Amino acid sequence: MIGADAIIKCLEAEGVEYVFGYPGVAICPFYNSILDSDIRTILIRTEQNAAHAASGLARVSGKVGVCAVTSGPGATNVITGIATAFADSIPLVCITGQVNSELIGSDVFQEADITGAVESFVKYSYLIKNANNIPRVFKEAFHIANTGRRGPVLIDVPIDIQNAPISKFHYPEEVNMRTYKPTVKGNMAQIKKVVKELEKAKRPIICAGGGALLSDGGAALRAFSEKYRIPVVSTMMGIGVMPTRHPLYFGMVGNNGKPCANRAMNESDLLLMVGARVADRAVSQPDLITNNKVLIHMDVDPAEIGKNVGPHIPLVGDVKHIFEDMTEQDLDTAHTHRAYEEWLKTLDGYRESMQVKRSPNKDYVDPARFITMLSDKMEEDGIYVADVGQNQIWSCGYHIVRKGRFLTSGGMGTMGYSIPAAMGAKLADKNRQVIAVCGDGSFQMSMMELATMRQHHIPVKIVVLKNNYLGMVREFQHYTYKDNYSVVDLSGSPDLEKLAAAYDMDFLRLENMEKAEETIDAFLKEDKSILLECIIDPMDLVK
Amino acid sequence: MKRIYSVSVENRSGVLCKVAGLFSRRCFNIDSLAVGETDDPEVSCMTIVSSGDERTIEQIEKQLNKKLDVIKVKTFGESESISRELMLIKVKYNRGNRRDIMENCDIMKAQIVDMSKNMMIIQICDVPERIQLFIKMLRTISIVEVARTGTLALQKCRDAE
Repeated sequence: MIGADAIIKCLEAEGVEYVFGYPGVAICPFYNSILDSDIRTILIRTEQNAAHAASGLARVSGKVGVCAVTSGPGATNVITGIATAFADSIPLVCITGQVNSELIGSDVFQEADITGAVESFVKYSYLIKNANNIPRVFKEAFHIANTGRRGPVLIDVPIDIQNAPISKFHYPEEVNMRTYKPTVKGNMAQIKKVVKELEKAKRPIICAGGGALLSDGGAALRAFSEKYRIPVVSTMMGIGVMPTRHPLYFGMVGNNGKPCANRAMNESDLLLMVGARVADRAVSQPDLITNNKVLIHMDVDPAEIGKNVGPHIPLVGDVKHIFEDMTEQDLDTAHTHRAYEEWLKTLDGYRESMQVKRSPNKDYVDPARFITMLSDKMEEDGIYVADVGQNQIWSCGYHIVRKGRFLTSGGMGTMGYSIPAAMGAKLADKNRQVIAVCGDGSFQMSMMELATMRQHHIPVKIVVLKNNYLGMVREFQHYTYKDNYSVVDLSGSPDLEKLAAAYDMDFLRLENMEKAEETIDAFLKEDKSILLECIIDPMDLVK
Repeated sequence: MKRIYSVSVENRSGVLCKVAGLFSRRCFNIDSLAVGETDDPEVSCMTIVSSGDERTIEQIEKQLNKKLDVIKVKTFGESESISRELMLIKVKYNRGNRRDIMENCDIMKAQIVDMSKNMMIIQICDVPERIQLFIKMLRTISIVEVARTGTLALQKCRDAE
């Protein structure tokens, strides 16, 4: 057995089903050994998308996504994907080939110091110097990636280590790291403090971030909210924690969020921030959420608490565990019940009166109405992957989550995320419908993956909201630079119908809302890849 | 506000870089940094002196704790610590100022550890402020080179420990 065989055995032991990647000489021993395994390899068309696809798979399956690329440019190309996963705390193990150990540091062909380069975008990284360490390193890497605050781990493996003979393979059953023991259970004394504050509060609210979904804590959070009738808002990464039309859910907060959600958060007297970074897009003025209310910040990462805002009660631990513990605490609702009901009535009023009024141009597809129609028609547990740009903001605002998932690159805002992530999501669960919704800018950042979809038979459905502009930047230039548009015109884009034909994909075009119903029905009918082009008013705005 | 962090880390290659990178990445100051092996050859101790407001100081501790090569972070203020710095300073001398230099060394408890016809190396081990003062005293003479360890510090002994 050689090092590369050992790596494959580790992946098998971890239950890995798919490896997304791109070979090169320095990772060839790995790709040779994987031929003897049942693990399927997906040849992605550019390395960045290998990490995005692994991210989509991880988010739907709850397992660690795996990608494997070669040294040098292969490794540097994957960095944006790793950084995207890091910003959204998605568990990945990224294997990079490396030049021969003895040549490291001599700037030979396709050598890059990848562990150095990704340091600030990974939870941890390894450079393997002895093939006998492979089992321990992989065991640790999978453990680190998918526990505590999840995140990407990179393992750099020089080619000679992949080829080195290993006497015997033993995959460790346990991880023993003195420096890594994440807190999962919440501190009971802190939980009791929270309960006391809730019993005093009149206008409590829960703001759920991506952490609530990552810890699989959605059900526990919902149970808590329903039991005590506490309203919920979410950040972009928290979308889907409650069904969109749940009576206790009031939408996404932030500068692109729902006015009623922001108002609800501002007027609350107790804010339970759950698995959220309190970053600028969700909370532009952190002082405002501490001034007139009790702020409780719950996060599995202690460093998040107090980073952007100082809470009154910090609560370190896994969202799921804490909510389960809190639900058991039996809040004394004698005093709070009436106040809570009044608060909910007020919020229902805001939901009615503060709806955003759009005045769509009838000559084009109205993205807002289209997205709501699409989400109502798609399968109940379908997965909707939004890209980055105006399409993302419209998706956040108008997509209706029922039992499905909403995936997007929230932290990093990486354009081109949706198509590869949707492929990963589809492979994670082939029975679910997966739709990627992107703009014409983000589509062109990942359109090479149409080949991957075709080659590996991954039936992802793609919507392109086409307005011939980098719309989000155009909108920014409209407001900030008085319509002085600079480098946002997307003329020269390909004919999508011809492009779809070139990849053997079905194609549909929707030019206005007249035929929206039947076009969406046709788009969703069969479980196969199809491209739907929607013509959007180039001057349409998210605000 | 000055703050001292005594950080036990795994004695592995790249760890210094990761810790230093964390400071630059998050715009935390490093006033000084000293690293050395401890009694356990698998563990190194980094003494980092930093400054910032309360929130920064807390964040530094939390971010250090988050690093997977960090075993333990102890943090304390200057008044709670015993701190020392070692400096080697090379100066040019002549017959006219030799006595002055030696007197200064006497006052500051510094030692001359190497000498040639017109150069000498002086060693001083003291608290950082007095090292600074010593440099000031020698500035009137010509200083050739200075090498400092950076602050080493341990928390003061407490009976409870």
